[in-house]
Parts: sequence; C-alpha cells; structure tokens
Amino acid sequence: MSTIPENLRYTASHEWVSEEDGIFTIGLTDFAQNSLGDLVFVNLPQVGDEVVAGESFSDVESVKAVSDIFSPVSGTIIEVNEELADAPELINEDPYGAWLVRVGGVTESEDLLGAEAYAEVCESEE
Amino acid sequence: MDRKTPLYDIHIAEGGKIVPFAGYLLPVHYETGIIAEHEAVRTAAGMFDVSHMGEFLLTGPTALDSLNHLVTNDYSAMPVGRARYGVLCTEDGGCIDDLIVYKFADDEWLMVVNASNRLKDFAHISENLLAGTHCEDVSDSIAQIALQGPCSRDVLAKLCDADRLPAAYYTCTRHVDVAGIDALVSQTGYTGEFGYELYVAADTGAELWWALREAGRSCGLIPCGLGARDTLRLEASMPLYGHEMDETISPLECGLDFGVRLDKDGFIGRDALIAAGKPARCRVGLEAAGRGIIREHQDVYIGDERIGHTTSGTFAPHLRKAIAMALVGYGHATIGTEVEVDVRGRRIAAVIVPMPFYKHA
Repeated sequence: MSTIPENLRYTASHEWVSEEDGIFTIGLTDFAQNSLGDLVFVNLPQVGDEVVAGESFSDVESVKAVSDIFSPVSGTIIEVNEELADAPELINEDPYGAWLVRVGGVTESEDLLGAEAYAEVCESEE
Repeated sequence: MDRKTPLYDIHIAEGGKIVPFAGYLLPVHYETGIIAEHEAVRTAAGMFDVSHMGEFLLTGPTALDSLNHLVTNDYSAMPVGRARYGVLCTEDGGCIDDLIVYKFADDEWLMVVNASNRLKDFAHISENLLAGTHCEDVSDSIAQIALQGPCSRDVLAKLCDADRLPAAYYTCTRHVDVAGIDALVSQTGYTGEFGYELYVAADTGAELWWALREAGRSCGLIPCGLGARDTLRLEASMPLYGHEMDETISPLECGLDFGVRLDKDGFIGRDALIAAGKPARCRVGLEAAGRGIIREHQDVYIGDERIGHTTSGTFAPHLRKAIAMALVGYGHATIGTEVEVDVRGRRIAAVIVPMPFYKHA
C-alpha cells in the first residue's frame, strides 16, 4: 500500500505536484518509485528548459527499466534538484521529499487529481 | 498461457513481484529489491527459483556419441560427476542454445537448457539423435534452486553431510540428502559467485526452499529474483541466449571458443564454423564513461562509424557503474578503445574494457 499525501495533487502517470505562488514543484509518487524499483539514474533537464503539459521532460532509470516523466504543466524550469544526479535513490527513500524540478511561468495545467482520485488510479493498476 | 513453477506459491508468500518470463510466472524481485538481492549474492548468499530451466535425460549405449554429434564441446574422456558447458549449433553455425551437460554414467547424461528454448531444443535433439540413444524431457518433474554466494557452503553444510558436497567447480554429486530431500547438487551457477545449483523432485521443491531459507537466515541469505540474476550474470559477463547469442550469432563470435572443439569430428555446425574462419565481429565489454545507462539494442559508434550494437546493458549494482556487452567489428575490439553509444538519441561515451567486469575473490 503506497502513501498518498492529502495536500498534494497528482497525475494519472504518477507524478505529484504542489503549487505555491505560481511555482509548481514536481516529483514522482510513492506508487511510481515502488513500481520502478531501485532507481539508479535520473536524466534531469536544465534550468531554462521549456516543458509542455503532457509531454516528457525527463526520464528515470531503475536497474531494469527506463521510465519517462511527464510534465503536468506548461512553463519554464526554474530549478532542478541537482542532488538527484548523484543520489537517485533519494526518490526511493523519500519520494515526496525528493522533488525533481520546479516550474514557473505556467501557462497551462493538466487536470490534476486529488489524493482520493489518485488512490483509485493506483488501485486499478495494482 | 504462462505456467507456474513448483515454487510459485512461495514467491507470492515471499512478496515477489511476478512477471512472465520464458513462459513462466516468476519473481523479478522480492520486497528487498534488485540491488539488495544482488549484493546479498556478492557478500553473503542468495537463492533463486530456476525451476523454469529445461532438463533432458540422455540415455543409451550411444548417448556419448549423440552428445558429441549435437554439442560443440567434447564429452569424451569426461569423468562421472563432471559438468561441461557447450552449445547446440545449427548447420550454419548459429547458436540454437547453450547448455550444461552432466555426466552420470557412460550411458546416462543430463542436459540443462534455457526455458525459452526447451521445445525447440528437444525437437532439434530428437531429430539428430543417433540410433541407440533415448532423450527424455524431464523438466516438469524437477524443481531447481540456485544457492549462490560466499556463504552458500555454510548454509548447505547445516542441512547435509558437507563431505558429500561437490568440491570443485563444474562437478556434481547425486543423491545428496539435503534436509531429508534427495538432491542432485552441482557446483555451478550464473552469478559469477561461488555457489550451488540443486535439482530435486518437483514436489519436494517447496520443502527444500524453506529448509535453505531457515538455514541461511543467520548469514543473511535472501530470496532473489530474475532481476538480480540478470545483473549478476552481466557483471560476471556471462552470455545470455537471445542477447549475446542466437541463431544468427556463432559461438565463436560470442567468445565461447572454450566450449567449441573444432578439432572434434562431425558435430553439427562444425563445417560452417570452420568455413567462416576468423570471426568478423566479437563480443566486448563496455563501461560507460559518461553519465547514463546503456541498454541492449543500442548502436555503438566510433565517430560517425557504426561499429556494432549492444546485446545487454545495465547499471551494475556491485561495481556501481553502467556496463554493457556489445557485438562489434573485430578490428574495433581492442581494450581501451573509446566509443560512443546511442542511448535513445543521446550519445554516451564508453570504453571497451576487459571481461569479466567482476570476478570473485
């Protein structure tokens, strides 16, 4: 059973999002890290890169597989969690602490799910 | 329809994440995860359900001649209780499968083949047997557990007379009483680590699993899935059928010269291998110099020239770096050669390094 904090919003592709003053912080959910297994590499974007809602902006690799990460919003990357470059396992250890990127100048957002709706998505994929 | 091994219920009870593999439902990893499972084998012990492997019993007065006709290696003058690697080749010199052959007696041998090739192998073998040899597919009657890691001997010694354990690599002992279960124990494995493989009657597999599990608890033995099996064999640079070899790749291109006896008369594929001469391409080890992980089926370049492609690749948990094996043109196989690998459109720098990537102490 994975953890799904009430105060965050989610995508059906297993990213979590929090918003503060127009800045969107994006990470991978506990369900995602659990399905991926031990993460060993994060291909991070760069500050200034444009991201488009629904499109991949990064990928993470577990020992076995590569998985794309999709942006829930359109905007510009203003900060990247560089710590993950050397320690991708932080996502396994603390998925809601180990954010990937912060996006500003957001022009568009996907419809995001609340904790309850996201829990149903996870359940259907169990 | 995917089949279950005799240990399927145990994988569920142990928290295994089940995936279909070679027609069987098997755990890719347990709750511990691939990295912990990999490390357990390198530093303590791990156990794997490998019951999906195929086993054929070859019997009869001409069994040895049939083997020498079918398999690339030479099985003459082999003592009872020895195991020997070999390859089944097509007439064209491609690999039908690789296998281990155990000698029980002059007229009784056991062939252990890959699960994914079992039916194909059996058909090929049956078609090419000499008169006076009988081949029986006994796979479904056998459960196989691999016990791998430096503590393997201590674990088994708690459950059997340690003097009966096979003392040398690639030897086996039949009818060892392991916790009351009749087992064929061989000192073999697919991890690059010291260890054993145990073959028992299918209906005693579960009992053997729990006996090993209990005996290994104090030394840190944990169950390991297919994921760790793959990263371990890759770190040890052991080839995997369907990756480093297949019917379009010869055993010599795969670097299996040690198991191909061209001086032996009349095995299937010999003429083609001799006619092909020195292989035009060969298997090499790659280590990523740049950031990123190299996977299978990625093109390898020197500048603009494509020199080959990767056949397997992963993050090596024990070495803590990205490694891969590739099939490249013979002229480009020199150790130290700097190459680039196209990883989903991004070029990652890599170096040709000696194999194995990892060798146990």
